[in-house]
Amino acid sequence: MSLSLHLPVLVILLPLMASPLCILIDRARASWLITLIASLLSFYCSVLLLQQVQITGTISYELGGWQPPWGIEYRIDLLSAFMLILVTGLATLVLLFARYSVEQEISKLRIVPFYATLLLAIAGLTGICVSGDVFNVFVFLEISSIASYTLISMGRDRRALNAAFKYLVMGTIGATFILIGIGFLYMHTGTLNMQDLAGRLPALYDNRTIRAGFAFITVGIGLKLALFPLHLWLPNAYTYAPSVVSALLAATATKVAVYMLLRFLLNIFSLDFSLDAMPLDLILIALGSTAIISASLVAIFQVNLKRLLAYSSVAQLGYIALAIGLANHSGLTAAMLHIFNHALMKGALFLSLGAMVYKLGDAELHSSQGLIRHMPLTSVSILVGGLSLIGIPGTAGFISKWYMIQATLELGLWPLALIILAGSVLAVIYIWKIVESIFFQSPPSTVAVHEAPVSMIVPMAILAAANIYFGLNTHLTVDLADSASTLLVMGGGQ
Amino acid sequence: MSHFPGLFNYWIVIFLMMAGFYVVISQGNLVKKIIGLSLFQASAFILYISEANVDGGHVPILEEGITLYSNPLPHVLILTAIVVSVSTTAVGLALIVRIKETYGTVEEDELQEIDNAQDEADTPDQKQQIAEEKEI
Amino acid sequence: MNPLIWLPLTPLLVALTLPLCSRWPNLREGITLLGGLGLFLLSLTQYLSAEIPSELILATPLPGYPLLFRPEPLGIAFSLLVSFLWPITSLYAVGYMRGHKEKNQTRFYVFFALSIAVTQAIALSGNMLTLFLFYELLTLMTYPLVTHSGSEEAKKAGRTYLGILMSTSIMFLLLATVWSAQLAGTLEFTPGGIFPDTLTSLTLNTLLLLFVFGTAKAALMPFHGWLPQAMVAPVPVSALLHAVAVVKAGVFTLLKVVIYLFGSDLVAGLSAAEFVAYLAGFTLVTASLIALRKDNIKARLAYSTIGQLSYIILGTMIATHSSVVGSSMHMVTHAFGKITLFFCAGAILLATHKTKVSELDGCGKQIPVTIGLFTLAALSTIGLPPFAGMWSKWWLLQGTVETEHYLLTAALLLSSILNLAYLMEIPLRAFLKPAQTATPVYQEAPLLNRTAATVTTALCIILFLLPEQLFQHFSMLGGG
Repeated sequence: MSLSLHLPVLVILLPLMASPLCILIDRARASWLITLIASLLSFYCSVLLLQQVQITGTISYELGGWQPPWGIEYRIDLLSAFMLILVTGLATLVLLFARYSVEQEISKLRIVPFYATLLLAIAGLTGICVSGDVFNVFVFLEISSIASYTLISMGRDRRALNAAFKYLVMGTIGATFILIGIGFLYMHTGTLNMQDLAGRLPALYDNRTIRAGFAFITVGIGLKLALFPLHLWLPNAYTYAPSVVSALLAATATKVAVYMLLRFLLNIFSLDFSLDAMPLDLILIALGSTAIISASLVAIFQVNLKRLLAYSSVAQLGYIALAIGLANHSGLTAAMLHIFNHALMKGALFLSLGAMVYKLGDAELHSSQGLIRHMPLTSVSILVGGLSLIGIPGTAGFISKWYMIQATLELGLWPLALIILAGSVLAVIYIWKIVESIFFQSPPSTVAVHEAPVSMIVPMAILAAANIYFGLNTHLTVDLADSASTLLVMGGGQ
Repeated sequence: MSHFPGLFNYWIVIFLMMAGFYVVISQGNLVKKIIGLSLFQASAFILYISEANVDGGHVPILEEGITLYSNPLPHVLILTAIVVSVSTTAVGLALIVRIKETYGTVEEDELQEIDNAQDEADTPDQKQQIAEEKEI
Repeated sequence: MNPLIWLPLTPLLVALTLPLCSRWPNLREGITLLGGLGLFLLSLTQYLSAEIPSELILATPLPGYPLLFRPEPLGIAFSLLVSFLWPITSLYAVGYMRGHKEKNQTRFYVFFALSIAVTQAIALSGNMLTLFLFYELLTLMTYPLVTHSGSEEAKKAGRTYLGILMSTSIMFLLLATVWSAQLAGTLEFTPGGIFPDTLTSLTLNTLLLLFVFGTAKAALMPFHGWLPQAMVAPVPVSALLHAVAVVKAGVFTLLKVVIYLFGSDLVAGLSAAEFVAYLAGFTLVTASLIALRKDNIKARLAYSTIGQLSYIILGTMIATHSSVVGSSMHMVTHAFGKITLFFCAGAILLATHKTKVSELDGCGKQIPVTIGLFTLAALSTIGLPPFAGMWSKWWLLQGTVETEHYLLTAALLLSSILNLAYLMEIPLRAFLKPAQTATPVYQEAPLLNRTAATVTTALCIILFLLPEQLFQHFSMLGGG
C-alpha cells in the first residue's frame, strides 16, 4: 500500500495537521478527542514503522521527492523507531488521562489552544526522532520547545508564568548554541545531512571549527536535557505546569533531548571522537555522578511531590548521562533502557499525582496523608512507580540499574557502581517519605474524596503495570536497546 | 592580524553574541532580557550569512556568463531561524504581558521576592499543620 | 502445572482471599489456618515423593538470568520449616491478636501470608537473582508488620528496619550479585561454586565481604540494629518472622552463597572468611552480654537471636563439612527453640501484662505451663540434652576444633554459658523468687497459645531423637 511508504512523515503530519483542526472546530471536548485520535494514529504509525525497520532495516524517506543530500531526508533506524514508540505511546496514554484533568486545571477559554499547542509539542518531539537532517532537527526542537513554554505557562499557579519564562530564556540560549554549532559544522562540510556529515567529519576531526561546533552543540543539548548543572529551569517548570504537561514533558521531552545527544555524539560524530578524543566521557561521568547524588539529596527535602519528582528526574537524567559517558556497548544499552524505563516510571508517577491534584487540589506531601483510604488505585500506582524508581527487582527500574552497574564493572569503575547504588538508597528515602505518608498516616478528617474517574485510572494503571511487565519480561526492551546500541557503537554506517 | 579585516563579520558575530548574552544575564527587567535574547539569536544569523559568502561569488541568481555563485542555502536556513526567533520573542513577550498582569511587575528580583513570599506562605502552613497533628 | 509453584502460590492465594472476608474474623482466621495446614501437607508430600520436579522457570527478566526455582536439601529444609511453623504461629496469632485486641487484623494476616509466600520463594530460589528479588520483597512485605501498631515508636522502628535492610542490600548485595554475574557469567546455584579458578584472592575476598555485609538480615554486627527495633511488632511477627523466616532467610542466603556460589572449599581458604568467622565470634559473645543486661523480655530474646545467628555464620565461614552441617542444622533447631521462647513471652504478656524480666518474680506458680515450656525451650537454645539444640552446637564446636580455631571454640562455649545465664534467669525468678508485691491472681494464657508453644517444644525433643536423619539430610550439602 502506498500509504505505508509515507509512514515516516505521517507520524509528524498527523499531530501537526490536527493542531489547526482543533482551533477551527473550537470545541473543548472535540479538540480533546481530535488530539487523542491524532496521537493514537501516530502511535499506530510508529508501531508499523518499528515492524518495518525490524524487517527491512533502516528506512530512508525523501521529503518532497528531493534526493538527499540536497533534499531533506527522514531516516528511521531502530533507535528512532524506539523513540517514536516511546513518545507517541506515552502521549496517547497521557491524553487518555487528560480530559478531566485539563477541564479542571485549565480555564475554559484556553482548553482548545491548550490541545492545539500540545499537538504541536508532540509533532516537534516526533519530528526530532525521524529527521535525518541536522537543521531540521533544530527546527523541530524549537517547535516542541516553544510549545512547551506555552504549555507550562498555562499552569494554575501564577508561578508557572515565571517558571515558563525562565525555561524560555534558558531553552532559547540552548537552541541558539545548537544553531551556532550546526553553522560551524556546515561551514566546513557543506552539508546538513546526518549521513553526509558522518562521512565527511572524520577527516576534519582535528579542525578547530569542528571542535568548537561540537562543543556548542553538546552544551546546547545539555541545556535542553537538564544535564546538571544546566537543570535549573526544570524543577519549577515541572512543579507549576499543568499535571498533564508535567507528565508528558517528564516522560518524553528530556528523553528526546537525550536521543539528540546520542545522535550527535555517536552517529554524526563517532564514539572515538566524542568520548575518547574529546574529554566528554569524563565530563558526562562527573556531571552525571554529581547529578545523581546532589539532586537526590535535594529531592529528599521537598514537600511538594511534583517538585520532588522533578529533582528525581534530574538525578535520573544523571544516570543516563553517566551511562553514556561510560562509552561502551553495555553503557549505551543501559542508557537506552533507562530512557524507556524512566519514561514508564515518571509517566506513572506524574499521572498519579495528576489524579491526586484532580481530587485534592494540590500535590503537597501533607495532602497525601492516608491517600490509600480514598484513592487506593492511585496510591498503589504511586507505590509501583516509586519502587521502580528505587530499582526494586521485579520492576523496570531494576533492569536498567542492573545493566548500568554491569557496564561500570566491565570497565572496572567500581566507585561509579557505588554512586549508582547510593543514588538508589537515596531514592528509597525520598520515595519512602511519600509511601509512609500515603499508606501509614491517617487522613485529615475534612477530606472525603473518592477514586479518580476511570479514564484517569486506566492510563495510570497501564503505566504502572508496564513497570512490572518490563521488569519481568525484557525481550522487547533489552533486544531493542541492545541492537540500537550496537548500531550506535558502529557509528553512522548502517 | 592580517586576518582581522577578512574576519570582520565574525568579530561582529562575537560582539553581538556576547553583548546579547550579557544583557540576558545582567538585566533584571524581563523585556530587556528578551531584547538581549534577540540580539544573541541575531548573532547566529550573521554567522550563517557570513559563511554563505564565496570569494568573488555572485548573487545566487541564474545569469549567463557567471559560474561562481554565493551559497544560497544558509540564507534559506536563516529565514527559518528568523521565524523561530520571532516566535520565541513573541511567546516571551506574551508571557511578560501575563506576568505583568498577575504580578504587577516585570523586574526579576521583585518577582523572585513575591515568589519566595508565596513559597514561605505555603510552607509554615504545613509546619503548623504537622505541629497541630502532633498535639492531637 | 508445575507443583513447585504451589508452594509460594498457596500463601499468596490466602493473602488475596483474606481482604474479602475481613468482616468475618472466624472465616478469615479459618482460611489462614487451612492455608497453613494445606501448605505444610503440600510441601511434606512433595518433598517426600520421589518425583519432585527439578526446576521451574518463572520468567526471564535478564537474558541468561531467569527467575528460577530449584529445590535442594537446604532449601527443602527451610521451606518445610517455615511451612510447618506457619499454621502453628497462625494458631497462636489468633489467640494473641484477639487476646490483645489488636487493630487492623486483616492487614496483619494478609502481610503475614505474603511474607510466608516470599519466604517459600526464597527457599526455592535456584539462582542469586531470584534470591535477591525475594530477599528485597521480604523486607517490603514485613515492613507493614513491624509498623503494625502505627505508633510513633513503631514508625521509627520501621524506618530503621527498612533503612538498614534496604541500604545494605542495595549497596552491597546487589553490587556483589552483579559483580558475580560479571565474573562467572552465571548466577545459578551450583554445587562446588561458579567462579572460575582465575580470580585473584583479592577479588574473592572483597566479593565475600560484600555478600556478608549485604545480607543484613543475618544480623551480623555492625548491621544488627534493625532486629531489636523490629520487636515493636506484635509477638507472632517477632516469633515467626524475626526469629525464623526473616533472619533465617539472611543466614540461608549466606549458606547458599558459600556452598553454591563460592563452594565451601574455596571459602575455607579465604582470609575474609576467617575475618567474618571471628567477627561472628565477637558478635555472639557481645550479643549475649547485651542480652544479659536487657530487662525487656523481647529485647533480650532479640539479642539472643543475634547471637545464635552468628553461630550459623561462624559455622558457614569455617566451611568444613561438620561446621556447615552444624550451621544448617542450627538453622532448624534454633528455630524451634526460639519460636517457643517468643510464644511463651507473648503468653506471659497476655496472662500478666508484663514485659520485663524483673517483674516476673514469683509468677511461676500461677502460670506454670507457660514458664515450664519456656524453661524447656531455653534449655534447647542453650544446647543441653535432651533437646535438639545440642546436636547443632556439637557439630559447630567440632568444626572449630577441626580447623584449630580454638579461640572460636572458646567463644562458642563462653556464649553458651552466657545463654544459660540470661535465659534461665527468667524461669528461676518466676519459680523461685517470692513475689515482691502482692500480685493479683493470673490466669494462664489462652489454650491456643499454650498448644502452639507445646507443639514447638515437642519438636525440640523429637529432633533430639533424630540426629542421624538430620545429619544425613544436611550431609547432602557436601563441603569440606
